[in-house]
Amino acid sequence: MSQTTDLIKYTLQIADNALVLGHRLSEWCGHGPILEQDIAITNIALDHLGQARSLYQYAAELFNNLPLVEKNDLFASAVLQQKINAEEPLDEDDLAYLRDGWDFRNVQLVEQPNKDWAYTVARSFFYDSFNFHFYTALQNSADKTLAAIAEKSLKEVAYHLRWSSEWVVRLGDGTAESHERMQTAINDYWMYTGELVTMSEADTAALNTGNGVAATALKQKWDEQVNAVLQEATLARPEDGWMQQGGKDGRHTEHLGYILAELQFMQRAYPNMEW
Amino acid sequence: MTTSNKAEWPLWEVFIRSKAGLDHKHAGSLHAADAEMAIENARDVYTRRMEGVSIWVVESKYIHASDPGESESLYDPANDKVYRHPTFYNLPDELKHM
Amino acid sequence: MTVHSFEQHFEDKIDNEISIEPRDWMPDDYRKTLIRQISQHAHSEIVGMLPEGNWITRAPSLRRKAVLLAKVQDEGGHGLYLYSAAETLGISRDEMLEQLHSGKAKYSSIFNYPSLTWADMGAIGWLVDGAAIMNQVPLCRTSYGPYARAMVRVCKEESFHQRQGFEIMLTLSKGTEVQKKLAQDALNRWWWPSIMMFGPSDDNSPNTEKSMRWRIKRFTNDELRQKFIDVTVEQTKILGLEVPDKDLKWNEERGHYDFGKINWDEFWNVVKGNGPCNKQRLETRKKAWEDGAWVRDAAMAHAEKRKNKKAAKAA
Repeated sequence: MSQTTDLIKYTLQIADNALVLGHRLSEWCGHGPILEQDIAITNIALDHLGQARSLYQYAAELFNNLPLVEKNDLFASAVLQQKINAEEPLDEDDLAYLRDGWDFRNVQLVEQPNKDWAYTVARSFFYDSFNFHFYTALQNSADKTLAAIAEKSLKEVAYHLRWSSEWVVRLGDGTAESHERMQTAINDYWMYTGELVTMSEADTAALNTGNGVAATALKQKWDEQVNAVLQEATLARPEDGWMQQGGKDGRHTEHLGYILAELQFMQRAYPNMEW
Repeated sequence: MTTSNKAEWPLWEVFIRSKAGLDHKHAGSLHAADAEMAIENARDVYTRRMEGVSIWVVESKYIHASDPGESESLYDPANDKVYRHPTFYNLPDELKHM
Repeated sequence: MTVHSFEQHFEDKIDNEISIEPRDWMPDDYRKTLIRQISQHAHSEIVGMLPEGNWITRAPSLRRKAVLLAKVQDEGGHGLYLYSAAETLGISRDEMLEQLHSGKAKYSSIFNYPSLTWADMGAIGWLVDGAAIMNQVPLCRTSYGPYARAMVRVCKEESFHQRQGFEIMLTLSKGTEVQKKLAQDALNRWWWPSIMMFGPSDDNSPNTEKSMRWRIKRFTNDELRQKFIDVTVEQTKILGLEVPDKDLKWNEERGHYDFGKINWDEFWNVVKGNGPCNKQRLETRKKAWEDGAWVRDAAMAHAEKRKNKKAAKAA
């Protein structure tokens, strides 16, 4: 494995988080609890989607410059293999629409279902609390493109964190019903938070080359952020306990398969066309 | 089925400064539970296309409006005061930037 | 002033194309008609989010996905502007939504048709938004100030919608055989409903005369329909697609296209609730609203708590 393939994997890890979370948030469009928040959550979905696109474009560019042997090793999907063997260059859409679940590197947290406003807020809050500190650190990446994407995205992510934190507080310290719903959501999605700050192979490789961020080092900041907001929200922080792992290495929950079935349907049913 | 029996989120008026140096201008209204949310909603609703650099919100119930029936006494006197309007002054064409 | 002179004053303003503003005196009937029209328009925007919202998670490329998402979001924004305009007339948004959910208020029947393929995103943007723009542009000069201002904002944003729709159709029509087929199929299904969007013909539209007089409406249904057909048929030629109307023919004398008979039976049935998706659309809206009740209540309760805390601190 070359340094470039490591960098591709790392870039995809970030991109897949953004795409999958953006996809989940976009499911709310037209179904929000009030028009103003329908619009707000869609803005956030658009931000994630925009970040995913920048990152996929970069990953595709890196990929297209690889020697053929290394290209063949990266993705398992049969359709991608065919493209690669035909020496066709890949683009952002190929990466989003033609990889199968085991080639997706997003954390399991972001693929969890929306369920209700509380679960959606909990998922975003956990992720944004990580993402804000992650992008802050990634601005110092030795890789200029990643650093630039981080800098640009950070403004958006700061707003996401503000939005989700405020909703945690509102629901936690709102009515008895909202308090209970928020606490349940926090408890249920808690086991997916450990993966955010656990190092994957791609994380370690990226850290060693100066391209990446030490995810484990973000744990303290994440804790501080989460504790402060939960406290303000009068919510209890669950015990750290057993954490689910595997998303960053391509092992997902059952939910991702259904997301991909929907997301990729057109490209699968009508392959090799311009849209 | 739960139906809300509580009050609707209050209505807010939104004023936006479209770029530095200009006045805030009324952009429209929206609903929000509190002032912070009103500002954030205003950002999401009224500046989706980079329309603003600064946002004011005020709860609609605090807006006091003049009575249109009295508009003659309120505004007609100003019609006489043409000196308030820059075009009142005859200035030489050579004079620029004024 | 006596009622009579109030009315005269109002009529003078209408005649002189001066805007009517929220605190101005206006006839009850004017207010009622406006509330009905603006709220109907607002409802159409938010119900209209659904057929396109269908395809957000299935858009065929990331670019299309982003554009569609932004577009559907815009529609939410338009609904919001319009509800706000109606609120200046003394009705709350909750009341309007209540009327929508109970079936008392109507919305544009076009959204009771299903979006079945990706090409429908093209056809809706091109035809449905195209028809909507024809209706809406004249309303930027409507007599009621807040409505006119909301429409200016809507129209400014709407122009990208029709373009993105046409671009989807153009890409499909220049694509593979199956893509052309998708485009033609979508045109076949959306053409007649789009034509019907302009409402019943003038001799069956009793409110038109009064609405025109008040400048709440600026052209008749048939005038706008004809204009839409004339413009759209030409655009269809660029796409190389066929309008599904065998009676469509250029009439040199009239300077317009003649077109076939509209199925008004279908139109009235869809209006009455018998369209393919009436029930589904309304249920979806109701569910979103009901599921959101505890969220809205929580936000209010929290705002209340914060206000009280602040007051306690200040005391």
